[in-house]
Amino acid sequence: MKMKPETEAELAEIIAGASGPFHIRGGGTRSIGKPVTGAVLETGGLSGITLYEPGALTVVVKAGSPLAEVEAALEAEGQRLPFEPMDYRGLLGTSGTPTVGGVVAANVSGPRRVQAGACRDFMLGVRFVDGTGQIVKNGGRVMKNVTGYDLVKLMTGSWGTLGVLTEVSLKVLPKPDSAACILIDSLSVANAVGAMSKALASPFEVTGAAHVPVGLDGHPVTMLRIEGFAGSVDYRAGQLAALFSDHAVRVEHDAAKVAEGWAWVRDVAPMQGTAGDVWRISCKPSDAPALADRLDADKLLFDWGGGLIWALLPEGTDARARLGALGGHATLVRGSDASRAALPVFQPEPAPLAALTAGIRARFDPRGVLNPGLMDA
Amino acid sequence: MQMPKPDASILARKARIVERLRKVLPADAVIDDEAETRAYECDALTAYRCPPLAVVLPSTTEEVSKVLRVCWEEGVPVVPRGSGTSLAGGALPTADSVILGVARMNEVLETDYDNRFIRVQTGRTNLSVTGAVEEHDFFYAPDPSSQLACAIAGNIAMNSGGAHCLKYGVTTNNLLGVTMVQMDGTVVEIGGAHLDSGGLDLLGVICGSEGQLGVVTEATLRILRKPEGARPVLMGFDSNEVAGACVSDIIKAGVLPVAIEFMDRPCIEATEAFAKAGYPMCEALLIVEVEGSPAEIDEQLGLILQIARRHNPVELREAKDADEAGRIWLGRKSAFGAMGQINDYMCLDGTIPVSELPYVLKRIGEMSKEYGLDVANVFHAGDGNMHPLILFDANKPGDLERCEALGADILRLCVEVGGCLTGEHGVGIEKRDLMVDQYAPADLEAQMAVKDVFDPKWLLNPAKVFPLAASESRRSIALAAE
Repeated sequence: MKMKPETEAELAEIIAGASGPFHIRGGGTRSIGKPVTGAVLETGGLSGITLYEPGALTVVVKAGSPLAEVEAALEAEGQRLPFEPMDYRGLLGTSGTPTVGGVVAANVSGPRRVQAGACRDFMLGVRFVDGTGQIVKNGGRVMKNVTGYDLVKLMTGSWGTLGVLTEVSLKVLPKPDSAACILIDSLSVANAVGAMSKALASPFEVTGAAHVPVGLDGHPVTMLRIEGFAGSVDYRAGQLAALFSDHAVRVEHDAAKVAEGWAWVRDVAPMQGTAGDVWRISCKPSDAPALADRLDADKLLFDWGGGLIWALLPEGTDARARLGALGGHATLVRGSDASRAALPVFQPEPAPLAALTAGIRARFDPRGVLNPGLMDA
Repeated sequence: MQMPKPDASILARKARIVERLRKVLPADAVIDDEAETRAYECDALTAYRCPPLAVVLPSTTEEVSKVLRVCWEEGVPVVPRGSGTSLAGGALPTADSVILGVARMNEVLETDYDNRFIRVQTGRTNLSVTGAVEEHDFFYAPDPSSQLACAIAGNIAMNSGGAHCLKYGVTTNNLLGVTMVQMDGTVVEIGGAHLDSGGLDLLGVICGSEGQLGVVTEATLRILRKPEGARPVLMGFDSNEVAGACVSDIIKAGVLPVAIEFMDRPCIEATEAFAKAGYPMCEALLIVEVEGSPAEIDEQLGLILQIARRHNPVELREAKDADEAGRIWLGRKSAFGAMGQINDYMCLDGTIPVSELPYVLKRIGEMSKEYGLDVANVFHAGDGNMHPLILFDANKPGDLERCEALGADILRLCVEVGGCLTGEHGVGIEKRDLMVDQYAPADLEAQMAVKDVFDPKWLLNPAKVFPLAASESRRSIALAAE
């Protein structure tokens, strides 16, 4: 059975009257987590921009709104979602229309996360329906708000397991008119992470730092992005190029090519259409080279200055076992049903944190009807 | 402002409780002498005072864990305290509570420039975090005005902001991980040197929970490389509306200044009399600061000044050097001191959508007349975080009550126009009873449910944040007192 409420009240009624579990679905483009069995509950009926004030850098959006629609509205005012949400369709082989609620529920960010912050950092407010059918709001639409607990953060990245989002408020930022990319050729992973650290620790505001061990021409390439007013971008590109003058450095100034290159990194293009499981590992950047060695992956991609490793491994491989005590936080982003049944999708938490997580879930969804088991170990 | 009645059974057990605390802490880390506990009777909201049962000053996470375990077993409420600079009464004790001060825990545990973080004990002051990394040209971004004194523990508890958060965000955006002790003594590690690990964002809900979910003893903080330079520009306008429109136009033009500060006429007059910064006498004054290399600053300021000129400013002053920059900031930085010279004052921090600025300032002016109390406005205009300062005379009977009533009306106005009660100071006791104006019962219930999970006995800072009536059934202290 499929349900697609048109209003928050209707959604609340459906959840209150639940006779079994729901599988919450925005655009259906992010098939991540343990497989969920339940009646499909679609959020696409809750759509539209409620309020957009470019002068206040805020937008309020119904959760089921297509992401593209919101991005187009921002673009028209020269603004954007600064956290650069990735599009999972290519990597996961899904179709459909990504929604704003889906982005928030999965806390989806992109390469700019390393400088600007994650989706959660731009979340100002939420409205949601909890597992009992109760409508709850938290936060609001102003940039600074410490009135009560920050449930906005808690809801962001909770994958619909604490409540179904109905409306979200986001902080947006101006979209700079200019961008450039510094490309450094043929670095080893260790040297690339070192170079990215050096760039990110410079005063030149690098908004993207990625390393591709096998670039389009078959060789390693390290990418550093800068954005801003034209004069400032030129200046910083020069300064950064000078910082790495002992390497083979190129500077790409064509804005369209820069955008294309970073969309390629953002959407993990090298692993699209491949066979095998895809893991996402969050780590301390300087640990990345050692972790990459241990992973012994078929393909690798490093983002966030090394703090994010994408790894393609043969189906069913336990990446965490390979990483061992060195750690990192591994998420199985793309896995067959068998892999996802056999391995925890999300990094298992130590017992006291798992108890807190379980306690919160039991309070927000006491009957266990919202995406039950999706985030379980 | 009401506080719950102290639990007589706890007061009666004072000797035993203190003895148990002495067993787990060094002798000089437990204070129970009434002459000495008085030093902890209030925070920066000095209108309310109450000496605690005892004060403990642990030096390590392990000691904090032992102290909390004792209090948990004894059923004693614990009020965590950083440097005691809360303007909201966040560290106000009750007579039956133990103050847990983290002031002795001020070590830097690790600095890592390659991975751009610092790990500190949370008793360390905000400014001294930057102090620990500035020789490498790094800094810690959140800069509350009390940064010389306030502790990271309090910054995390209140999710503190500052003047530069338009660009750098507030505490929660710069906090990577914590070591936290739960009320039963359990020590947990959340987050760390990595980003966004998946799983529920417990760190996100801990930051800003006003010491009600656990005691944060160590923090991993993001540090940033200092910009090459910064330069402010000062603009005077003949109405609040025009100044507000100018702020909005600057933001819409795609410039992101690090700070946009706003002062109204009463505030300009007071600070000018006090600090003599040479400000123009006008209705509204903006200080806009941008960062970068000299050329980048010129590029941004060029655009900002062009926008400002379209709004017919009565004054435009660009800092030519560090000295002039200092003079532009001088008045703003002494605004609170200047107000203190005139009278006692109460500082609010409601936040509003920037578009509502002119209307809200007009209404505050009207309310100020109705109540017969002067209000000066100084605030972070870029993010709508207002700081109305209500002047009153604490020695005049009834003045404090009138001041509080006016403050409550101003905060309700902030909520009415789509804003909130507090942008960076926290709820504490000060705005506790106004929470019902912003949140429906179900909204508060969801927040209190989180506390139920972290602190089932409701022993951590229990009489704060939520209206007493709303939290009553949950507070064991209230139950025991019945």
